Amino acid sequence: MPSITYISNSGESRTVTVDSGVTIMQAAVRNGVPGIVADCGGECQCATCHVYVDGKFLGLLKPAAEDEDAMLSLTASERKDNSRLSCQIVLTDKLDGIVVTTPAIQQ
Amino acid sequence: MDCGVVIVGAGQAGFQTALSLRNEGYAGKIALIDDEGRVPYARPPLSKAYLKGTATAESLEYRPAEFFVQQAIDLVLDNPAVALDREKRTVALRSGRELEWSSLVLATGAHVRRLPSTGPEPFYLRTFADSDGLRNHLAGADSLLAIGCGFIGLEAAAAARAQGKRVRVIGAEGRLMGRAVSPFISAWFQAMHEKHGVEIRLNTAVRRVSESSAELPDGTTLAADAVVVGIGVIPNTALAAAAGLAISAGILTDSWLKTSDPAIFAVGDCAAHPNVYAGGLARIESVQNAADHARAVAATIAGKPKEYHQVPWFWTEQFEAKLQIAGLAVETDETEVRGDPDSGKFSVYNYKDGKLKFVESVNQPAAHIAARKLLEI
Repeated sequence: MPSITYISNSGESRTVTVDSGVTIMQAAVRNGVPGIVADCGGECQCATCHVYVDGKFLGLLKPAAEDEDAMLSLTASERKDNSRLSCQIVLTDKLDGIVVTTPAIQQ
Repeated sequence: MDCGVVIVGAGQAGFQTALSLRNEGYAGKIALIDDEGRVPYARPPLSKAYLKGTATAESLEYRPAEFFVQQAIDLVLDNPAVALDREKRTVALRSGRELEWSSLVLATGAHVRRLPSTGPEPFYLRTFADSDGLRNHLAGADSLLAIGCGFIGLEAAAAARAQGKRVRVIGAEGRLMGRAVSPFISAWFQAMHEKHGVEIRLNTAVRRVSESSAELPDGTTLAADAVVVGIGVIPNTALAAAAGLAISAGILTDSWLKTSDPAIFAVGDCAAHPNVYAGGLARIESVQNAADHARAVAATIAGKPKEYHQVPWFWTEQFEAKLQIAGLAVETDETEVRGDPDSGKFSVYNYKDGKLKFVESVNQPAAHIAARKLLEI
């Protein structure tokens, strides 16, 4: 049961614990964590579930696939080196404790 | 006094309207009226991942039920709107409940076009129940007959073929996805389906269907363990029409999505709106259209009037091909293919009078995103 911490743009933090296999987007949406919109429902089509991944965990993630990389160029908030779409990151025990920051705006 | 917003229909457009109203800071009452008895959910996976069995029912829900309570959105389940009173500004629900509104948003969606049936009905694909029924039935079936060669018929065909079923597609038109893509893409997808062993028969209008058969114009009957029909949808305009709102191939709106009554908006599949990309009125069935309509209307109701003019985009997934379309498939006079179609990664740029109109990308997401930006007005 990995846990994940979401830090909002204004600095508020929320930690939730979910089953392995759930994406960072789904974990937020199911637990009412604000700051993640996910218009397309996790299809990598809309860039409204953008997050900044804490540097300590970045290396544990598989690099963004071609479609995620393309979609990241459409984010409403600035794309940074640690920008990812949270619908594309599946939580596992290996990622337990991961920290992401949600951007100021998603659309 | 602000009596709040009533949103009729809890699909993508209705749900997004409620969500965006709160995101825009709207603090009044919001009621979201559903007619299916399910927490609002995403429909695209119903003919893709859910049908294939790679998505769960829970994963389709936009938000859990508690979310609506937390956001003070009155989610009214399984209680369709049956009448509007524009003078009193009320909407009556099937249960007899009556809701007052200051702004009304019609997100009534569409219902499937049906074929005459000779016995028990075939499957259609619009609701969760439809997809769940077909998924369960396919589990014990060896063959599928898909009637309709649009996105829905072809996605269902691909999902079933990937599970090893014998699959036949019957289309009334002369090419695949004819309303939505260029002839080049139609031909490429037909070859791909055929390579995967899907049998395709075009220019064939099915006369009658049953749960296990289809009758063709020449009198022959095709049989299969499962039959699914995807021949388009009809917008749900009855409620609006009965209230005297203007109708034209959908609920008629202006470019702010206002109907002929300025206190009533229409969004998503049901709205016939002026669309700059269509060069006139259009009624578009897509996630993009539903979500962007909803955002514009929510902003307007929240006091930040927003005209709708977003770039239309669509996607479909069939076998290994992810097709993304930016712009609308209008009439064109020049086509340019970039990339190698044989490699399965390429894009088709479609022009009219030298002006780029729409771009179709197969497994080339970067080209699709660039095209969306290029087409922005």
